[in-house]
This record gives sequence, structure tokens and C-alpha cells, in this order.
Amino acid sequence: MPLTAELWCIAVLLGIVAAGVAIGRSPSGSRLTYGASLLVSVVAFGAALDALIGISGRVPSLVLPLGIPWIGAHFRLDPLASFFLVVVNLGGAAASLYAIGYGEHETARMRVLPFYPAFLASMNLVVLADDAYTFLFSWEFMSLSSWALVMAHHRDRDNTRAGYLYLLMASFGTLALLLVFGLLAGPDGAYAFAAIRADAHTPLLAALILALALLGAGSKAGLVPLHVWLPLAHPAAPSHVSALMSGVMTKVAVYAFIRIVFDLLGPPSWGMGLAVLTLGGITAVMGVLYALMQHDLKRLLAYHTVENIGIIFIGLGLTLAFRADGMRLAAALALTAALFHVFNHSLFKSLLFVGAGAVLSATGERDMDKLGGLIHGMPRTALAFLIGCVAISALPPLNGFVSEWLTFQAILISPALPQWGLRIAIPAVGTLLALSAALAAACFVKAFGITFLGRPRSPVAEGAHETDPFSLQAMAVLAGLCVLAGIVPGFVIDALAPVTRLLVGGAMPAQASVPFLSIIPIAASRSSYNGLLVFVFIAVSASLGAYAIHRLASRAVRRGPAWDCGFPDPSPVTQYTASSFAQPIRRVFGTVVFGARERVEMPPPGAMVAARLHVTLRDPIWDTLYAPLGGAVGFAAERLNVLQFLTIRRYLSFVLLALILLLMVLAIWK
Amino acid sequence: MEVIQALIVQGAQMALVLLLSPLLTGIVRKLKARLTRRRGTSVFQPYRDLLRLLRKDVVLAENASWLFRVVPYLVFATIWVAASLVPTFAAGLMFSWSADLIALIALLGSARFFLALAGMDVGTSFGGIGSSREMMIASLAEPAMIMIVFTLALVAGSTQLSYIAGLFASGVGLRVSLGLALIALVMVAIAENSRIPVDNPATHLELTMVHEAMVLEYSGRHLALIELAASLKLLLYISLIACLFAPWGLARGGGLAVDLIGLAAWLVKLGIGGALLAIFETSIAKMRVFRVPEVLGAALMLGLLATLLLFVSKGF
Repeated sequence: MPLTAELWCIAVLLGIVAAGVAIGRSPSGSRLTYGASLLVSVVAFGAALDALIGISGRVPSLVLPLGIPWIGAHFRLDPLASFFLVVVNLGGAAASLYAIGYGEHETARMRVLPFYPAFLASMNLVVLADDAYTFLFSWEFMSLSSWALVMAHHRDRDNTRAGYLYLLMASFGTLALLLVFGLLAGPDGAYAFAAIRADAHTPLLAALILALALLGAGSKAGLVPLHVWLPLAHPAAPSHVSALMSGVMTKVAVYAFIRIVFDLLGPPSWGMGLAVLTLGGITAVMGVLYALMQHDLKRLLAYHTVENIGIIFIGLGLTLAFRADGMRLAAALALTAALFHVFNHSLFKSLLFVGAGAVLSATGERDMDKLGGLIHGMPRTALAFLIGCVAISALPPLNGFVSEWLTFQAILISPALPQWGLRIAIPAVGTLLALSAALAAACFVKAFGITFLGRPRSPVAEGAHETDPFSLQAMAVLAGLCVLAGIVPGFVIDALAPVTRLLVGGAMPAQASVPFLSIIPIAASRSSYNGLLVFVFIAVSASLGAYAIHRLASRAVRRGPAWDCGFPDPSPVTQYTASSFAQPIRRVFGTVVFGARERVEMPPPGAMVAARLHVTLRDPIWDTLYAPLGGAVGFAAERLNVLQFLTIRRYLSFVLLALILLLMVLAIWK
Repeated sequence: MEVIQALIVQGAQMALVLLLSPLLTGIVRKLKARLTRRRGTSVFQPYRDLLRLLRKDVVLAENASWLFRVVPYLVFATIWVAASLVPTFAAGLMFSWSADLIALIALLGSARFFLALAGMDVGTSFGGIGSSREMMIASLAEPAMIMIVFTLALVAGSTQLSYIAGLFASGVGLRVSLGLALIALVMVAIAENSRIPVDNPATHLELTMVHEAMVLEYSGRHLALIELAASLKLLLYISLIACLFAPWGLARGGGLAVDLIGLAAWLVKLGIGGALLAIFETSIAKMRVFRVPEVLGAALMLGLLATLLLFVSKGF
């Protein structure tokens, strides 16, 4: 009875909302609320995992007499929903565990405690919903509860702006989804997903639905150019909520996209694959380039989410292309890669955000240029954050590499596709993917190097202490899972098989039975990878080397001042900063993408003022898309302003006119 | 019996790459010296250097963290593992299936990631300059390498290096795409190994250092490991180019005699590769740092072009 268990979990979470309001002010209120959320998330995680792995072939569904009377609220737990519930509740459990400790630092408790369980519940509801009404209701519930969390510290001007932009984009996204379901349901208003699935759609309608789904789900997931709210809103929330928003809520958006396009829409055409693929490639590279330009740690992470969403959409686009051409195994491989990346990203992005939260609570700083040297004061946080950085940079033997490797393998099958458009686009997208992976490594050398290594750049960084045990446990769990999923990826791939079987009618060969726990996507002569063996090899040869050298050669260590070519400068200002680290990359890529300009102001000889370096960056998407759009809306509002102070007779005549016009339209239409 | 033989071949390869890599570095140095009409040090000097460094104390900067001390071992181990998976004298190594060509490139990426972090650990301006430039170079060299891998994989229908090498050894003919890939691979190999014109392994002139700036704070056994890793990486790339584009004599199973022929062929190829590198390095001047992205961008475009050609038709 996993579905009932899930629904009870949601009910309990909603109960915690009420409890949070009641006991939030008491000293242990925060711990109790987060502790209860943790318990419920763990139970929901267990039920979802049971539903995914112990699949019995029967898909449980349930209709509750809620919502619109003649429809009711439909819920269903198919393998796709179970997989995403695993992701949601794993992230939820980790964030709750972390928050048991982190929540103690919260200054605006009553603005966070009631909304947090509501946010968790809403994400579970979206995934379980099986009719358009319940889906949209839960979706909007999710947007609003997360908006409330973003606005927790609403006295900060930046946060208000972030909240406003988020609300706008969320409403826009929901509008697009509303239209999607309107088009899917058709004029008869069949809102249950089962009825929608049975309908066929014309190619034009399907293309329109895809475009709207990309707008609706893409704006929540952070697809370029709809990502603008994400790097503002995610960092504005308290860190455990940032982890949930970046690590989990974007995945719920991916779920919405998969549900609509793969499940409800019916068979795809190759053009759809091309559109999704191209958008994914652009998103991946733009996301990481934006991230490289940041010096706010949490904003860098948020921009990086955009990159990973791009990688996921590349996988989804490939799946659509393969499925349109009836290549089931290839489609299963691409979909597995995308879903594996969904899982991985939820792990390491949650890990990195809670790590950033630990840094924030220890130092009160998000600006990397004021941090540095934290590895000495916070060694455990540093280790966990380092594991997250390695994983997200797609480096073996951790998990990020496996999903990218699978995506590359899917790309390598694609010359078999018959369409020329795809054959030209896919190598280009492959280049973008490779570029984004390499830039991600640069980005995380910067994030870790500037924040945790070097010398402290401010007194707060110097006096930083290790964070509380709950936060450390949460980080340890997430880091451990990153390593595990990296060295034994076969189990994750096998767990995804029911999902791919449901969506593309095929699955990758079972991996658990392959000797030595290797993964072999297609055939052994084609490609194989063994994370475990690579991990063991590296560990063994590193320790062998260390042992031999310490035993046979020297083991003495002397400490002395840094060498630095003979000119060490005691001031920590002379170190590289976040922006100076990114300078070479800014010069290579930024001049084209961001119109980056550097201007040096040298004082005249003899003047005692300092020389200054000015860097100007343009946000190409904001400047070309959003600024004109905002201007146009402002202009229209100005013009329409004359309508505001009219007499009642005028208004009545407008109403009448509108009515006549609508009737005429209807008459011509019929 | 077969398993034992495979294990011996694999073990021999691991030991050989480790033992021979300083010699290769020594030969390149000696040839470069001779080409500039200097006498140069003995070809065995790198071994002496390594022994000297291993016996010395490590002098750590006061604020160096645990990461700084762990990285040399990690970098060395990662590159050693990568180097022992490239077919040198024999294809079809026992553990070659544990990491394909993409994983191999990514392993080198891991090593670079940690080395760049170590460069930033002490908090000196040179460490930062080295790390940031290294990552800039890598941000173009790595995708170029992936595109080269795509080209090879599309020709061979596999990303398994042993399989590709075996197939190329049996002959795939002259192909436009492979020609482009070879040019791109040589460009990437020069950048990845910090050779002239991208970087200069012998320099200690502040403004031109990339790799050397990153490892400036290392001393003693740590430095020895990093130098050894750099030699291993050079050997890895020359072996990689040799096994793909000059696979003559590569042993593919079948007894000791074949393996010995393969070994002799590999040593000759290493010598030729080293000589070509020395000649190239002496005949060209070092580039400005910001010219490097243009060269690597060209390599990336060549790789993309080769891949595109193969997507258009398998015949290219």
C-alpha cells in the first residue's frame, strides 16, 4: 500500500504545518518541527523506494472526493512517480536533518517553520497527482509555499526583488501549464490523466503543447532564457530551503515536463527532440558561464543548477529523438542518463547548498571574496563540500561522471538517426556538453579554492568554527550517497529500468549481474566503465605510493613561511579572488557572451591614489529579453491608466461592448 | 593460465610506464639541449632528481592544509592508473574495460582538478595565477579531447581504447576525420603536458608559468611525486598517439614473442615521439597566454569538424 502510505505522509506533513504554527515560538519548536519532517520524509522515501524496486506490475491509484465535485482528486503511483518521490523525499529528509541544527540560527522562525512542511507536502502532491486540477493546484501550492520561504527575510531589498520576480515567473509558468492541460483535455474537459492519455493529438497541437510545457515546466526548472528568477530566489531563502529548491523543486519541474511530454502527449516527433536538445545544450553552457562570473557562493550554486538542468534536458531531447525513430534501447539509454542525472544532481546540489549554509552560519558571509581558509576551521564541512564539488564537476569515480558518461554514450549512438537536422545538431550539442563539463570543473575549483583554501580574507573567516553535528550528519549522508552512486552505479541504473520501460518501452540491460559491478550500456566491446575498480585502483596506488615513500624515503616535515618565488606578501588581499580566478575565462568566453570589458584607471605619476580596475559585464538575456518586455508592460500600463478613473456608465458600456464582441467571435467560430 | 598471463602483462605495463617515464623526460631534455648546442645533463638525470627529492624533507608552508599534503599522492595515483590503461606494447589489457577513453580523459581531469586546488591552498598569488590559467586551458583542451574521442569512437564504433587500438592496428585506411583528429590530438597533448608553445616546463619566470606556478610551493617527496606524474602524463599521451595513429607492432594476445616485438616497437615509437617533441619545442617560441585559447579553440573546432563529418557519413 505505498500510495496510501504516501498520502498519509502528506497528511501528516500538513498536520506539522499546524503544529509548526502552534509550537514554533517555543524553544524546542524548531527541532520538533524539523525532526517530525525528517521522520515523515524517511517514511515517504521508504514507501517510494519500495514502490520503485519492489514493483509488482500493478499501479496503485486512488480517487479522493476532494477538489472539483464531478472529478475528484486522482492520485496514482506509477514507476515515474515513485522515482521522483524517492528524489523528493531523499532531498527532503537530508534538508530536514540539516535544518534540525541549522534552524536554530534562524531569526525569522515563524516565517519559515509553517511553510517548510507545506513545501515538502506540495512537492509530494505534484508528483502523485493524476488529474489536471490536482496537478495545477499542487503546483501552485508548491510555488506559493516556496515563495513564502524565499520571502522569509523580506526586509532585505534584494530578497523582495527576488520574491517579486519569482512570483511573476511562477504565475507565468502556471499559466503556461494551465493552457497545456486545456489543450490536452480538449473541449470536452477530460481532466483525468487517464482520459488525456487515451486522446490523440494533431502534430500542430502537439508542437504547441510542447512549447507551452517548455515554458511552464522550463520556467520552474530554470531553462535558459527563463532562468532569471532562479539565481535570485534560490539563494534568498534559508539554506536548507535553497537546497530543497535547487536540488528538489527543479526536479519536480523536470517531472512535470516528463509527465506531460513523455506520458500524456503520446508519440513524439523528431523535431521535438531537436528543440529540447538544443535548448538543453544552450542552457548547460550559459548556466555554467553565468556561474563562473559570480562571487556570491549561493548564487554561483544556483546558476550551476541551470547548467545541470541543461544536461538533463539534453538527455531528454535525445530520448525524444530516439523514441521518434523507434530506437527503443537507445531511448532507454538516454532517458536513464537523464534520470540518473536528476538523482545525482539532487544529491550533490543539496550537499553543496547545505555546505554553503554551514559556511553562512559560521561566518555570516556569502561573498567568497570575504572568505578563505575555512578548511582549517571547518575541516569536516570542507571535506563534504569537496566531495560535492568533485561530484558536480563530473569527475570519476564519483556519481556526476556516470550520468555524463551515459549521456555521451547516448550521443555516440545518434549517427544512426535518419534525420539530417538531428545529425548536424547532436555533435554540436555534444561539444556544448563537453564544454560545460570542463567549465564546471573550473567553476568548482574556484568555488572550493576561494572559499575553503588559501588565507582568510576577513576576520569572520579566520574565526570560523565547525558547524553543528546535525548539519554534519546531513552532509555526511549526502556525500556518502554521492560516492556510493558513483562507485556502484549499476544498482541505480537497474532501479531506473521500470521507469524507462514505462516511458519508452525498453530498458537498458540489467547491470547488477555484470561481473565486478561494471556498467555496460550496450555491449562490452562498445563501452564499459567500472567506478568501483577505478576507485579501488586509485586508493590502492595512492596508499601504496604513500607507504613506500614514507617507509623507504623521507617522512620528515618542516613548516616554514610560504615560498611564493621569494616575495611572499603577508596581506591576504594579494591572493587570487573569485573574480581574478575567473579573469582568464572571462576574457576567453565573457567578451563574446557577456560583452565583458576591463578598464584600468592608472593614476598620473606622482598621484597618491590607487589604480583601479573596472569590469563591466552585461547580462545578454536580461538586456535583450526581459528589459524590453518590462519596458513594454510599463508603457502599456501607462497608456491604459486613463481607464482607471471613468464614470460607472462608461464601465457599463465597456462591459456591454465586450459581451457583444465575445458573442460575435463565438458566432463566427461556430 | 590465460588470466595469469593477462595479469602479468597488465602488471608489466604498470611497472614499465612508471619506470620508463623519467627516462623519456630525460631523453627529451637531452635532445633539446643538444639541439640548442648545449651539452645537457645525462638522460638519467630525472631519476637522480627524483631520488634526491624523495630523500629530502618536505618544507610545508605554515598554513598548508591536509589537502595540500594529500594531493600529490592522489594526482600521482590517478595519472598512474590512467597511464596503465593505455595500450603501450599490448592491446587488450586485463583491466582496460574498467575505464574507457572518456573515463580516461576524465581521470586526467580529476588529477588536474586536485592539482589546481592544491595551487590555491597556500594562498599565494602565484598559486592562484597557475590554477586559474590551468583551468582556462583545460576548459578548452578537455572538450577538444572529448571531440577527438567522439571521432575515434564513431570510426571504431566503440569508446573502448583497447578495442579501438586493435581495430586501428588491423587497418582502417586513411580517413579525413582521423587526420583532423590527429592534428587536434597533438595540439591538445602539447597543451596538456605544459610544453612549449603553451607553457614552458623549464621556466621559473613569473609571468610565463602555468603548471610550474601551480606547484611552486611543493618540495621534497611531494614535488617528486608531481614531477613523476608529469612524466607519466607525457608518456601516456605519446603512447596514446602511438597506439591510435601508429599501431604497428602492437601485440594483441599470442605469447611472449609477440609481446616482446610489441615492446620493442613501443620503445622505438616513444623515442621517435620524444625526438619529434624536442625538435618541435626548439623550433617554436612560447605564445602569450591569451593566444593559447585560440589554438585550443582551433583544436576544438577540428574535433567538432571531424565528428560532424562522421555524423554525415561513416565514409569520412
